[in-house]
Amino acid sequence: MAAEILAESVYYQYSQAKDLALKDINLRIQKGEFVAIIGPNGSGKSTLAKLFNGLFIPAKGSVRVDGLDTRDRENIWKIRQKAGMVFQNPDNQIVATVVEEDVAFGPENLGVPPEEIKKRVYEALKIVELTDFDQKAPHLLSGGQKQRVAIAGVIAMKPDYIILDEPTAMLDPVGRREVINTVKRLNREEGKTIVLITHFMEEAVQADRVIVMNRGRVVMEGTPREIFSRVEELKEIGLDVPQVTELAHRLKGRGLEVRGDILTIDEMVECLCPLL
Amino acid sequence: MPIVVKNLTHIYMPGTPFQSVALQDVNWTIEDGEFWGLIGHTGSGKSTLIQHLNGLLKPTSGEVIIDGVNINERGVNLREIRQKVGLVFQYPEHQLFEETVEKDVAFGPKNMDLPEEEIGRRVREALELVGLNYSEIKDRSPFELSGGQMRRVAIAGVLAMKPKVLILDEPTVGLDPRGRDEILREIVRLRERQNITVILVSHSMEDIAKLVDKIAVMHRGRMVDSGTPREIFRNYEGLSSIGLDIPQITHLMLRLKHQGKDVSTEVLTVEEAEAEILRAARRKGRA
Ligand SMILES: Nc1ncnc2c1ncn2[C@@H]1O[C@H](COP(=O)(O)OP(=O)(O)OP(=O)(O)O)[C@@H](O)[C@H]1O
Ligand SMILES: Nc1ncnc2c1ncn2[C@@H]1O[C@H](COP(=O)(O)OP(=O)(O)O)[C@@H](O)[C@H]1O
Ligand SMILES: [Mg+2]
Ligand SMILES: [Mg+2]
Repeated sequence: MAAEILAESVYYQYSQAKDLALKDINLRIQKGEFVAIIGPNGSGKSTLAKLFNGLFIPAKGSVRVDGLDTRDRENIWKIRQKAGMVFQNPDNQIVATVVEEDVAFGPENLGVPPEEIKKRVYEALKIVELTDFDQKAPHLLSGGQKQRVAIAGVIAMKPDYIILDEPTAMLDPVGRREVINTVKRLNREEGKTIVLITHFMEEAVQADRVIVMNRGRVVMEGTPREIFSRVEELKEIGLDVPQVTELAHRLKGRGLEVRGDILTIDEMVECLCPLL
Repeated sequence: MPIVVKNLTHIYMPGTPFQSVALQDVNWTIEDGEFWGLIGHTGSGKSTLIQHLNGLLKPTSGEVIIDGVNINERGVNLREIRQKVGLVFQYPEHQLFEETVEKDVAFGPKNMDLPEEEIGRRVREALELVGLNYSEIKDRSPFELSGGQMRRVAIAGVLAMKPKVLILDEPTVGLDPRGRDEILREIVRLRERQNITVILVSHSMEDIAKLVDKIAVMHRGRMVDSGTPREIFRNYEGLSSIGLDIPQITHLMLRLKHQGKDVSTEVLTVEEAEAEILRAARRKGRA
């Protein structure tokens, strides 16, 4: 059985809409990958995310999660358990008045036995580094902490795939960093497959692979270095590159000997030091 | 219409077990035509503070004075204040309620008793200002849009009232990079053309650094600092200890400085960094 999310010739249309929201999507997300999806507003990212875990069913084509077809009603619960979702607004995702209960909510609904739930909640909170917060009221936590509680709730379902739809959009800089570090750790240390939808290019840079969407289609796919060196094309469709990438691009244009595919501050420092 | 906030304290649900002190003794003066950035960690009190500026929230103690008038005194027409002090909420979906985008954006101007023609013109103009195609979007339901499209409609609704003071609570959350730039550029242009006052609440240190004249910093309900971007972003340690940061490009300059390079760290934008690095490279005969 294939360990992957596989989308083949997927089309999707909202019932009220004139136009297709997704057109001819062909994608493979392999187990263990960290994939970022970027694209302008309305390009279809959230729609795609909901197709990945069977919340939406393709109008044409198919989505398979570990070989399970989302069109087959019988598979739906298995698929939702395998592919967990985290959304933008931390306040809308909290269901309980104590952190521990919030994290336990998912597995309880799956009918997991109480002893096992306890263990899962503890482990999930440990992974997001919130073990000391288990008895706290979620509404008293910072935005970044709330998002990590939401992530713990997903982890407690033991999914292989975690799909995060702009999880840092509403957070302050430190909250954003906390969540991104948690996401990276989930991928590197826990072996979770990550699909991260984001409008922050500095976050997309940290993925193994970047998928670019525009007007319902996948228009670019590659490593962050491949994608973000195509500065003009990205700007053309309304996207951007990180500030250091932009700077490298400009300096190169001014005749300075810097690489055009800089992605991080570290790389930029290394590249500039011999010149200054 | 200058705004003066005096000893403002706000307590949510006072006298209950849920009591929470959201603002404590805040003092702030906003002069006509100023462009302020308001920053602070989540829960620091930013949204609570700005909702006092158009009378949506009432102080537990302290005053909000607009054009010399304490707006919480009896007899003050808050509807008029809200037309002059336009507020774009943090959660745009809370601001949208009509069945079509067109009606939604027209709601504010309608309440101002403007002639039909003027309303129509303003709606079209506001939607184009936020980068939406008027004829494509006007008849759609605001609730069947993508997150970023909804946000744009909410901003258009406030712009259509042509407020004198424009307050935007994290207006670029969920916008794509072009949307972010377009809307911010539009605000800058609006301000230059109509000389309005702008208060921008944002977690994007990059945007704040690029745009505003002055920054106010909130931390746990108090205004702990205010000053020009250069003054505020000089203090990296202080900012990061309260959940904030400096722009990525300023980080880069600090790192170069730590490597012993002769560069200024008072750099806030990519353009400034470009000039500064070229200058340093020239000194070394490398450019
Ligand atoms: N409930 C809905 N009913 C009808 N059309 C919808 C609905 N939700 C989204 N759409 C449309 O489907 C298209 C794709 O929307 P989607 O939410 O997937 O975009 P997105 O890439 O996630 O955008 P954003 O960056 O703004 O979140 C857009 O044209 C949008 O207007
Ligand atoms: N409607 C409300 N009821 C009770 N407490 C609130 C409400 N809104 C905000 N608070 C509390 O007030 C404090 C400041 O919140 P807020 O003004 O939303 O901060 P910010 O906008 O800086 O994130 C927080 O502790 C928050 O939990
Ligand atoms: Mg979306
Ligand atoms: Mg707020």
